[in-house]
Amino acid sequence: MPTKDFIRQRFFPHLWCAGCGHGTIMASLVQAIEELNLPKNNVVLVSGIGCSSRLPGYLDFHTLHTLHGRALAFTAGIKLGRPELTVIVLMGDGDASAIGGNHLIHAARRNIDMTAIVLNNSIYGMTGGQNSPTTPLDALSATTPRGNIDPAFDLVELAKGAGASFVARSTAYHFAELKQMLVRAISHRGFSFVEAMSGCPTYYGRRNKLGSGVDLMRMFRDRTVPMGSDKKNDDPSLIERGIFVEKTRPSYTDQYRSITQGAGEDS
Amino acid sequence: MAGTLRFIQGNEAVVEGALYAGLGFYAGYPITPSTEITELMAERLPKKGGAYIQMEDEIASMCSIIGASLTGKKVMTATSGPGFSLMQEAIGYAVMAEVPCVVVNVQRSGPSTGLPTGVAQGDVMQARWGTHGDHAIIALTASNLQDVFKLTVEAFNMAETYRTPVILLLDEVVGHMREKVIIPDEGEFVVERLITSVPEGTDYHPYFAREDGRLPMSDFGGVHRYNVTGLVHDMWGFPSNDPTVAYNLLRHLVDKIEKRIHEIARYQEHRIEDADILIVSYGSSARSALHMVEKGRDSGVRIGLLELNTIWPFPHEAVRRAAEKTEIVLVVEMNMGQVYQEVKRAVKTDRVYLVNRFDGVFISHKDIEKVLNVVMGRGV
Repeated sequence: MPTKDFIRQRFFPHLWCAGCGHGTIMASLVQAIEELNLPKNNVVLVSGIGCSSRLPGYLDFHTLHTLHGRALAFTAGIKLGRPELTVIVLMGDGDASAIGGNHLIHAARRNIDMTAIVLNNSIYGMTGGQNSPTTPLDALSATTPRGNIDPAFDLVELAKGAGASFVARSTAYHFAELKQMLVRAISHRGFSFVEAMSGCPTYYGRRNKLGSGVDLMRMFRDRTVPMGSDKKNDDPSLIERGIFVEKTRPSYTDQYRSITQGAGEDS
Repeated sequence: MAGTLRFIQGNEAVVEGALYAGLGFYAGYPITPSTEITELMAERLPKKGGAYIQMEDEIASMCSIIGASLTGKKVMTATSGPGFSLMQEAIGYAVMAEVPCVVVNVQRSGPSTGLPTGVAQGDVMQARWGTHGDHAIIALTASNLQDVFKLTVEAFNMAETYRTPVILLLDEVVGHMREKVIIPDEGEFVVERLITSVPEGTDYHPYFAREDGRLPMSDFGGVHRYNVTGLVHDMWGFPSNDPTVAYNLLRHLVDKIEKRIHEIARYQEHRIEDADILIVSYGSSARSALHMVEKGRDSGVRIGLLELNTIWPFPHEAVRRAAEKTEIVLVVEMNMGQVYQEVKRAVKTDRVYLVNRFDGVFISHKDIEKVLNVVMGRGV
């Protein structure tokens, strides 16, 4: 099926700025779903609020654009309502780790079978460039005019700590790698967490004098390394990409089915 | 009515009503005085083939029932004061996206943590206006457990019929008291979800209302793939900034409920035909009001009761009619006058008096009698 058949062309053009990384991440996702050959009627895309969360609306699946931070909580209901559906959740960094942080750790802990993708551009883009929990120290933003003093979350470490059974990271630049990661994440039975680093030239890039969208893509190329790379020993500030966790653990809906089977009719 | 006679608690009557109505998914978080509903659901719902989950907070409970409703399940959550506050944002989402769901609030004293085990009816206005923005909402209540059962079933029926959240506004006394209830034989009063007849391959417009104002649904996982959002949206469910789209959507959301008050209004009249004095009350307060009516009648006072089961949309017309021939109206409630203000708007007489308590103590017929004596010029 050609990629365009996964797109709701009626709702184009999309609202993302020129140079935004979200579009290429969307393309990676579409190609991953295409490769998995999932029937469209079996796929639900859920999102929160923000630039990232407009992504599902552009794609031809069942799509649910929820509240800021709450995408994973809505998804729990979808999975328990119809466990056979493949549910993919798209969130921004502030969406997933600030206002939605509580839902993130509990979805990971329960190992509810879904794929949570965080499009991490280190900034609140939709509201005009305020700092988020993934904005680096010292970075400038609309609400850190003297530099950021909040230490950033490492989303991969956060997901690992919360018990996610699949944890991965790639970037908008590493299109093919991200696509393959998404194929494995979606195929994984349990809670899969994928951090997709994305660039916001309009707010993050401009204010921090990092250049255009292309410059941000170069940064992802030059400032990240595959997991286990020796380069990281020489320069600890490099960010690792790869699949950090991939383990088998009973998913919530499987467990639920096994303990309620034979619960019997009410007397 | 054929059925099974049970002696149960109010919160249990809610569970029985929900299961009878065909509940398929329940999410909850423990909070006094509604916790028994969540506990019983954990035990009972899986036996009926439904799914239960205890979420990380009330925000998540409310969000998850919306998600499950979109997969075609009848859904519910239950909470009390502080939890109800946390649910407000997602209740607004369910209003905007027109997702059927039932929210039980077993009211306790507030504000804030208040008196966790103390009874109150202080969330009447929060049920109406707790979520932001113009909207309409349905809120139901009951004073005895047979009615709790019945109104719970009706809450599901109305949620499905009007595609809206329905608030079941109980209180600590009704939730915790025990009474006999007849559970009717299955299925008699249950409204099922209206599913679209649009076939696969033909465009389905999830937010294009039929001539009767109803919007047939299509479940996630079904043959129609569409968008759901809390933003102002067009007939496709896609976000829109068009003022005409916004105007029409808000008109639809409000009119589908406010203009169907005649279908939604539930109330009961007790001896109002010849009453000189009318009491308006609801929930557990209406039990004491009914007691007062019986006592007053025994001593020759012509007094009657209008018990409201539908609180929102407020049945102004029913109140106006009941008060037509009376000069004196007493509103009995356990808050500082939330329904009292609505009654004053509905009736002609200026002699509308509030009889209330807001100290966590159940209002008794003696509290009403004291005010009645003053109003009737009998002294304190």
